[in-house]
Amino acid sequence: MAKSLLYPFDAANLLKNKKRIIKSYKSDGKPRIEKKIAFLCGSTANDIKDVCSIFLLDDMISPEFYLSEYGMYWEEAVFGGGVDSFSPDVIYIYTTTRNIEKFFPEPGCSEDEASRFFDEAKNHFFTMWEKLREKHSCPIIQNNFELPRYRLLGNRDAFDHRGGVAFVNRLNAFVSDYAREREGFYINDIAYVSACYGLDKWSDQSAWYMYKYALAIEAIPSLAFNLASIIKSIFGKSKKALSLDLDNTLWGGVVGEDGVENLSLGEETPLAQAYLDFQKYLLKVKNTGVMLTVNSKNDHQNALAGLNHRDSALKPDDFIVIKANWEPKNQNLIETAEKLNIGVDSFVFVDDNPAERHIVEGTLPVAAPEIGEVEDYIRVLDRNNFFETTSLTAEDIGRSEMYKANIQREISQSAFESYDDYLYSLGMTAEIKRFIPEYIRRIAQLTNKSNQFNLTTRRYTVPEIESIAGDMKYIPLYGKLTDRFGDNGVVSVVIGRKEGKALHIDLWIMSCRVLKRDMEFAMLDRLAETASAEGIKEIYGYYLPTQKNSMVKDLFVDFGFLKIDEDDSGNTKWFLKTDGYKKKNRFIDVL
Amino acid sequence: MSQKDIYKRLEDVFEEVFDEKVTLSPETTAEDVEDWDSLSHITLIAAVEDEFKMRFNMKEVSTMKNIGEMAAIISERAKK
Repeated sequence: MAKSLLYPFDAANLLKNKKRIIKSYKSDGKPRIEKKIAFLCGSTANDIKDVCSIFLLDDMISPEFYLSEYGMYWEEAVFGGGVDSFSPDVIYIYTTTRNIEKFFPEPGCSEDEASRFFDEAKNHFFTMWEKLREKHSCPIIQNNFELPRYRLLGNRDAFDHRGGVAFVNRLNAFVSDYAREREGFYINDIAYVSACYGLDKWSDQSAWYMYKYALAIEAIPSLAFNLASIIKSIFGKSKKALSLDLDNTLWGGVVGEDGVENLSLGEETPLAQAYLDFQKYLLKVKNTGVMLTVNSKNDHQNALAGLNHRDSALKPDDFIVIKANWEPKNQNLIETAEKLNIGVDSFVFVDDNPAERHIVEGTLPVAAPEIGEVEDYIRVLDRNNFFETTSLTAEDIGRSEMYKANIQREISQSAFESYDDYLYSLGMTAEIKRFIPEYIRRIAQLTNKSNQFNLTTRRYTVPEIESIAGDMKYIPLYGKLTDRFGDNGVVSVVIGRKEGKALHIDLWIMSCRVLKRDMEFAMLDRLAETASAEGIKEIYGYYLPTQKNSMVKDLFVDFGFLKIDEDDSGNTKWFLKTDGYKKKNRFIDVL
Repeated sequence: MSQKDIYKRLEDVFEEVFDEKVTLSPETTAEDVEDWDSLSHITLIAAVEDEFKMRFNMKEVSTMKNIGEMAAIISERAKK
């Protein structure tokens, strides 16, 4: 990931060179997913769109944009406009406090009047959101509101019914409530971003008067970056793991030279407190579903000694993989990625040593931010939004445990004579049912993240999954696998679409964590059983080859389907009769 | 900083913003550069301000008629 695209980025450089930068990405020949993004504009947004596209292109998303007529965001949303025929994959409502000043209460108004102004503002947005959600089933991103550029009542502005600050805070709470109570509606938090940037710098009035830009030109990359990270998260591009150095990253000092007792970690000195705080922060990050791994130049026992420091917040157990050796760190990272079965590009490399960062980011598609001094580590990591979550499921939170359990399974496997014996010993049970509300977010998340065990590589958003769940024209199944080591969570999703007496398999994905356990056969058994019971006579399967999914090229052969078509691009079509279907799963007890 | 320096540095900025080589003279206006419209003007002003570490005020941005006037303001105000 280009260094200039990580926080703290060079805003002036991005703005100045945006034309060349975009041109360079568009001609690099790398494969990207295409997404259509509609901006409903409350003020000038052209440069925001351009800079946003740089961040997206860098993360392998190729955006096509639609910008509404200047200021016509509400009209287009409510009465229709170009946004409808554009068929966006995401809608972004770019409004700012400039658009709500017309609703601010007057200094002379009563509490009732102020209340009515506030209701008008709420209705203005509520109507728009409801209309958009009615007409489009794509995710919607709404700016919340930055603090006002002046306070008529001074500090009283924060609580008085006539105060602009109070108004903005209340309206932000309203937007927040709306987002929390629904799926597929997200907030671009410019209240936070503008605070980080500095409200005085952000509210450059000359940009408004001259160009109708509701923020300083130099602040545009900060806003665009924040927006891009939400879009990337919706389409499954958030990072998944941290590759952490130890010496002078997780503690002050070098454990192999100074000894554990002399490390700076704990409450005694400012430096010790800073490192402890960083460790506590990482522990919290781990609890949101991000995996922690160690990548350190140290003897293994010294690394463990450091992690077992009396005041350490992080323990060896918090890391899924610990690589403490004298090998090159990029090699360690590649091996760690393989062990976890995730792409190298899902990692963030955190190391205080610029030489190590240089090697890793020079040879691998890994983000290696310039973390600065220990007192800045948390801020630099946080502002980069590496782990932006558009959903946070129970599975995310328990992910570390799941991955560790998987490593235990591998160890246990080596103790068995035959693979079949090993599979029986796992005592696997699976829950395979039609989609239920509590797994909708996880299901959508999986469709965006799965690349290898994925027959058709169709991506779905939360609103689309919700729609399919309630539509009897589909047989949508999720599969959740548990064994004696633990619960793997939802690991497979299959979506079949009915057409008369035929069922077409639009989607078949499975997590690589559960390969070779018969889970795919269990899913097929349930699909065939359900289809048959609902009058389906024929099932059609499709394989669309990509750079990453060659492992499932012949899956339908294993399933007992007949190949009935193949074209020049390698796309294949397969057929199975439901009559006389024999169950194939041998090892899993399906509930 | 001589006028020659200013013009050379301005030409570099133009090349970055418009992604093409431009030769500037005091009489050059937006009509003379292909992609220089009201939208790219915003990026251009920001880039010139960043290059010379100075700000134009609103009045100057609205009344500047050509590169010559821009260079004159830069000459007066730029720190480096």
